[in-house]
Amino acid sequence: MSVAAHELHGPRLYLGILLALLGLTALTILVSYVDLGPFSAPVAFLIAGGKALLVVLFFMHLKDAPGILWLALVAGFFWLAILVVLTMSDVATRGYIPIPGK
Amino acid sequence: MAEHAAAIEHVAQQFDDPEQQRLVAELGMWVFLATEVMFFGGMITVYTAYRYLYPVAFAHGSQKLSVLIGGINTGVLLLSSFTVALAVHAARTGARRLLLVSLVATIVLGTVFLGFKAYEWWHHYHEGLVPGIHFTYEGPERAGVGLFFWLYFALTGVHAVHLTIGIGVMAVIAVLAWRGRFSPAYHNPVEIAGLYWHFVDIVWIFLLPILYLVGRHAP
Repeated sequence: MSVAAHELHGPRLYLGILLALLGLTALTILVSYVDLGPFSAPVAFLIAGGKALLVVLFFMHLKDAPGILWLALVAGFFWLAILVVLTMSDVATRGYIPIPGK
Repeated sequence: MAEHAAAIEHVAQQFDDPEQQRLVAELGMWVFLATEVMFFGGMITVYTAYRYLYPVAFAHGSQKLSVLIGGINTGVLLLSSFTVALAVHAARTGARRLLLVSLVATIVLGTVFLGFKAYEWWHHYHEGLVPGIHFTYEGPERAGVGLFFWLYFALTGVHAVHLTIGIGVMAVIAVLAWRGRFSPAYHNPVEIAGLYWHFVDIVWIFLLPILYLVGRHAP
């Protein structure tokens, strides 16, 4: 799809997105006062991820963008996932196997 | 027809047409933003590892921050993303007045954000929460709280630097817009600057929960 073929998004749509973002901000702040145990962080990240997705899709126009721009986005988060997962697979599993004599 | 001629005029010789030129410009910005994901990602990885090791200390550190100011600043930054989206819309449709008003509003909102941030930092300094400079926090989790504030200042500091650059970029774009450099046929710089601004907004969307909200319900 050509870039120029972007349909123009009206200010009305942007206003709707802004209100959704502000609403989700209020939600994540309210939820943070509730003790969800181990689910606190996943819920906070789910809401933040949803907000980021709204910005990316509508404010940054990725919704109608050609695949090559998606590729740049996915590559960024893919390498970040490698960094976090491999780091935590070390940090979080230290002490799983006892060291003899220690 | 005049618009078509104006568009051709702006095409650098290595491109076939304005569309290709714009796609290349956008791709360049997205690739840069992917490297920025890694740039902030490194610090967020360190945060993740230390939060895993010192969950109580990170909760205590987080409780020292003002959710009110953090929340207001989030609203300010989201509003600025909205004005940037309006600016891009105005550039696409050739609404010069709306373009200028949106850009100025963006610059003002960005500056308000930095003002709140500076106030917070000043407050932390007086509370003795700046590791390495003035850190007087006493408690069983002192070392972990220190780590939290190291990461807090690194993350918010680098974010503020990005926002300062963004304000500068938007000021340049505003001057160019005022001189009438942009038209529906050619406004790539507005689009590209907008992408950068939205990225800085997205970084803050993640900083709010990991810094301000992480310890709200903890004892």
